[in-house]
Amino acid sequence: MTATVFDVRNVSFAYDNQLIALEHVNLTVHEGESLVILGANGSGKSTLLKLLDGLYFPTAGEINAFDEPLTETRLRDDDFNFAFRRRVGLVFQDADVQLFCASVGDEVAFAPLQLGLGHDEVRRRVDQALVALRIEKLRDRAPHRLSGGEKRRVALASLLSLNPEVWLLDEPTIGLDPRSQSWLVDFIRHLREQNRTVITATHDLAFAQKFATGIHVFDENHCLAASGLPEEILADHDLLHRCNLSHYHAAVKEAHHH
Amino acid sequence: MQRRSHFLEKTLSGITETLERSLFAEAISLKSGLFQSLDPRVKVLATLAMLIGVALSRSVWIIGGVYLLALYFARASAIPMDFFIRRVWLAVFLFTGLIAVPALFITPGPALLHLPWGLVITQTGARSMVFLLLRVGTSVSLVLLLILTTPWNTVLGALSVLKIPDVFVMILGMTCRYIFLLLHIANDMFLSRKSRVVGRLSGSEERHMLAVVGATLLSKSLNMSSEVYLAMVSRGYRGTAVTFKPFRMRIRDWSWTAIFVVITALILSFGH
Repeated sequence: MTATVFDVRNVSFAYDNQLIALEHVNLTVHEGESLVILGANGSGKSTLLKLLDGLYFPTAGEINAFDEPLTETRLRDDDFNFAFRRRVGLVFQDADVQLFCASVGDEVAFAPLQLGLGHDEVRRRVDQALVALRIEKLRDRAPHRLSGGEKRRVALASLLSLNPEVWLLDEPTIGLDPRSQSWLVDFIRHLREQNRTVITATHDLAFAQKFATGIHVFDENHCLAASGLPEEILADHDLLHRCNLSHYHAAVKEAHHH
Repeated sequence: MQRRSHFLEKTLSGITETLERSLFAEAISLKSGLFQSLDPRVKVLATLAMLIGVALSRSVWIIGGVYLLALYFARASAIPMDFFIRRVWLAVFLFTGLIAVPALFITPGPALLHLPWGLVITQTGARSMVFLLLRVGTSVSLVLLLILTTPWNTVLGALSVLKIPDVFVMILGMTCRYIFLLLHIANDMFLSRKSRVVGRLSGSEERHMLAVVGATLLSKSLNMSSEVYLAMVSRGYRGTAVTFKPFRMRIRDWSWTAIFVVITALILSFGH
């Protein structure tokens, strides 16, 4: 039986204790899974990923990570924080937020440096990550000069240099052309082959279909509406329509998505 | 007739010009040339040493010599010469020149030229003005040489050689990085507004638009700063950032360090 990575129990979250983002969410993530969190804009997907990354903390309920409670108090402990950050990485929805360093090389080196790896080891990891994502030529470039696809690759490289066990990807297809999207699918499949756990938040059903081993669907009331296998969830047109993930056109009676 | 202020167009063209200028500078810094091939720490220290030399020098010939050297370095670094000369001297004459003009007339000394209305340019005044302009022009040329041949982020990284704290260098880098991002956003906002305006806006409408853009950018930058902080925490930031010094000195860099030491020594020795 595979180990449990995250155990989310009856979690609710509200911004400033007023603006509800998640309500009574229960889900379990196992090692090596490639889960997709589906939901319309504003349904709480990004908030859930930030909760799983220990950046926000539930206003109610609890989250366990690797069989230990993931709380603000626990993360204040340097040893726990160090171990957790090495195991879990988040790629933010907005690449401009993620890429805060002055050059691509610095960006890719940031995480391993903060987590105490030696400079020679960091240099080796940066080289490897840049080669793996085919962005060696961007090493000295400033992030604001890059295209959307290049920024996304650099954001992934900035995590690959750490090579965490759990990858949290927030809307990774936004701003990507079809070729880059196809490359991203290959990249996620490659992570799975390495037994990495991947949790992807998206509203792109076609993208989710290509690599998901399980899907959780959020409705517009910030609740978990359904969980199941991709073939079950993606065939349930009523569910997808109710959660604003598919729609009807006047000339087409059956719900569909683009 | 109502006066038109063209606030919108001027702001838009100002932002576009800044972005284009930075693109142009980056294109030069990526060329293969003498200064581009040197370790940035050597360039930063050499520029600083020559600047100090020029500031301390009392010889017009020595300062002139350094300027010729800067021209040679610019040429060897594939910088377009007309751009390099025009960019420096236009600004120097416009700003320093205007400030220095009174010195031509008020500095006591033997007369050099008599002008109408009893104005007299003195030899000492003319010498002072040439001296000032040459010193400022040479200093600006040296700095321009450094920033045109070195990406901004590399210059920042090289500041570590001056023992500037890492956190300060990192904040400078982030400031520069997000200024460009906000400039792009501002540019898009102005363009989107411009595309929906028929005819010309009045001055007050344009100022209102400018204020709205300013407020929106401020709000966006506040949101972004908290997101950036989360992105840093997510990758292990705990209040003290560890940074990377990827530079490595090669024989070529050491050779040029020796050359710059000799040049600076000559400036300081003969400049007095």
